[in-house]
Amino acid sequence: MTNVNYFKDQFEQLQDSGPATAITELRTDGFDTFNKSGLPTYKLEEWKYTNISSLFDKEYQFANDAQAVQLSDIDAIRLAGYEQANELIFVNGRFIPALSTIRSAASQLIILTLEEALKGEYQELVKTHLGQSSIYLKDGIHALNTSFIQDGLFILIPKGQQLTQPVYIYHIADARQQNTLSQPRSLIFVEENAKLQLTETYTTLGTAESFTNEVLEVVVKENAFVEYYKIQHDGLNASQVGSTHIHQIGRSYVHTVVVSLNGGVIRNNLNLILDAAGNETHLYGLYLLKGKSHVDNHTLVDNKQPNCFSNQLYKGIAGDASTGVFSGRIIVQPDAQKTNAYQSNKNIILSDQATINTKPQLEIFADDVKCSHGCTVGQLDEEAMFYLRARGIPKEAAEVLLLEAYAADILVQIKPEPLRNHIAELIYEHLSIS
Amino acid sequence: MLSIKNIHANIEGKEILKGINLEIKAGEVHAIMGPNGSGKSTLASVLAGREEYEVTEGEVTFLEKDLLELSTEDRAREGLFLAFQYPVEIPGVSTTNFIKAAVNEKRKYQGEEPLDAVAFLKIMKQKMALVEIDQSLLSRSINEGFSGGEKKRNEVFQMAMLEPKLAILDETDSGLDIDALRIVANGINKLRNENRAILLITHYQRLLDYIQPDYVHVLYNGKIVKSGTKELALELEDKGYDFITDEADLAASL
Ligand SMILES: Nc1ncnc2c1ncn2[C@@H]1O[C@H](COP(=O)(O)OP(=O)(O)O)[C@@H](O)[C@H]1O
Ligand SMILES: [Mg+2]
Repeated sequence: MTNVNYFKDQFEQLQDSGPATAITELRTDGFDTFNKSGLPTYKLEEWKYTNISSLFDKEYQFANDAQAVQLSDIDAIRLAGYEQANELIFVNGRFIPALSTIRSAASQLIILTLEEALKGEYQELVKTHLGQSSIYLKDGIHALNTSFIQDGLFILIPKGQQLTQPVYIYHIADARQQNTLSQPRSLIFVEENAKLQLTETYTTLGTAESFTNEVLEVVVKENAFVEYYKIQHDGLNASQVGSTHIHQIGRSYVHTVVVSLNGGVIRNNLNLILDAAGNETHLYGLYLLKGKSHVDNHTLVDNKQPNCFSNQLYKGIAGDASTGVFSGRIIVQPDAQKTNAYQSNKNIILSDQATINTKPQLEIFADDVKCSHGCTVGQLDEEAMFYLRARGIPKEAAEVLLLEAYAADILVQIKPEPLRNHIAELIYEHLSIS
Repeated sequence: MLSIKNIHANIEGKEILKGINLEIKAGEVHAIMGPNGSGKSTLASVLAGREEYEVTEGEVTFLEKDLLELSTEDRAREGLFLAFQYPVEIPGVSTTNFIKAAVNEKRKYQGEEPLDAVAFLKIMKQKMALVEIDQSLLSRSINEGFSGGEKKRNEVFQMAMLEPKLAILDETDSGLDIDALRIVANGINKLRNENRAILLITHYQRLLDYIQPDYVHVLYNGKIVKSGTKELALELEDKGYDFITDEADLAASL
């Protein structure tokens, strides 16, 4: 790893740039961990199939010139439904208010930088919850994000606010001049009886390499309702570790869909911590891999309290020389009696050079639970292909029809119609270009 | 229109078709009958271009073209249609979209403009009436959860939509009750015309009560062992296959 000295300099500069706060303390802890652990290598069980440390040979740097990104760059990447959405723009990992549009009233949606939030009425929330994900994600890449927390967001949906306008977060990496490392960090609070629809998407500008190392922590309280969509459709030069840590501290409902179409090396960590009795959570994933894309989805559902329900369905297609990894870990703690936890991972392999690694892990410490898991790796249905072709539909188009059909039961889990239609189009284009 | 000369075909190294010869002209209806396992569906699959079957000998000409050189989809777009013995269920692909795609692929191949939604719907309505198929079936996924009869009706509907030059109907009568059989046979009869050839594959003669063939062939053990007119079918009905197959077995043993 060649960046060590660079990170050290940058870290010291950042720490010296302002007064000591809870965030500088967190960063110090993060950097200590990073120095001890280094970047994860395949020797770690959790990183067995995904090698990110070698990516750092590219000597990514932090890019600070956010001015180089214009509104017109954002116009090109907007997601359908944006006219009604709160659009939050991150450039190179840092929130840029000037490019962002907040449409909801301040009484419905509170948006502050983490630094600002630490100064006012929310400081206890930030101190309590920022960094909770490191209990589960102990590796050096997570610590690297923590080492550089800066201009991340604190978002809060106050009690009883059923936010009708969704929140779209666009992560833009400017790789027009250099290989760029972006490390967005945010903390979201969804208070009692509140509702949030959140979508994240990623775009790299330019042809140099980008690496986005994101950590998003979400805290969900009693009777709150959260939909979370993550859309990954970036260039092959764009790699990413994206960690989403959702802590359901009150009995609540969470629904997530992660769609990965294009990218270089992608690792998604999705943690659901079911920390109140009766929590319900749904996790869906779709990865449609071509070229040399590598997408690794690690999910963790930690059932800590009784009567929680979780259902996971991840479906993937691996073509060309791509690699898909799914690791689904379900923990049922001793107190979590009457847990219902289901998991299914289905894959289709389209080429001899493509690889799928799939691994369920169940760790059950309670006796009265219902858990199931299953994974399949198969091929396109030959009978169906012949049927379509025998009606005059060319092989490539027949393949697209079947793959679209295969993806459909994940697509329908994207509940907002404009977003769903948009993703459907992206999927169609993605599958149609060979 | 179709000329099959000495076709031999294997699957998994096992020879199933052992030298088939057949000439079909425009406007004619031929029936191929024969006991189960004699190779009827194999012949249909070889003609439609199923890649699992290896043609080891012989040639097939369809409308002056070397059929065996064409891909499955090009055969279809040239006007060959196979109604499957076992139509495949394809969850998640809407029947209507699929048929629209198929119709427009064929039009494109023939240098015609694709049909717009309105024109397509109009044709669809006509053909639906022709084969008495219900709209509700067509808005579902292809064959998903269809009854046996509904699947067969859907095959004939697709034939009506695609207007093939040669239609091969593989046991389109099997699994149908008498009412469904009459509806399906009526549909096929309405699609019969002087420009179109039809190859009816059937195990039973009862379909031929509704659709009168010009010629009847008996396929047994990978060969056509007897050909005749529709009277041959009646004779088979009367005496069973044994009277032909015994003869063929005897000839083969000599
Ligand atoms: N996919 C296959 N693999 C191996 N043998 C097959 C396959 N398909 C058909 N056969 C064999 O080929 C022979 C002819 O089958 P088929 O053409 O389906 O007969 P028919 O349609 O006349 O009942 C049978 O002996 C059958 O077992
Ligand atoms: Mg058959």
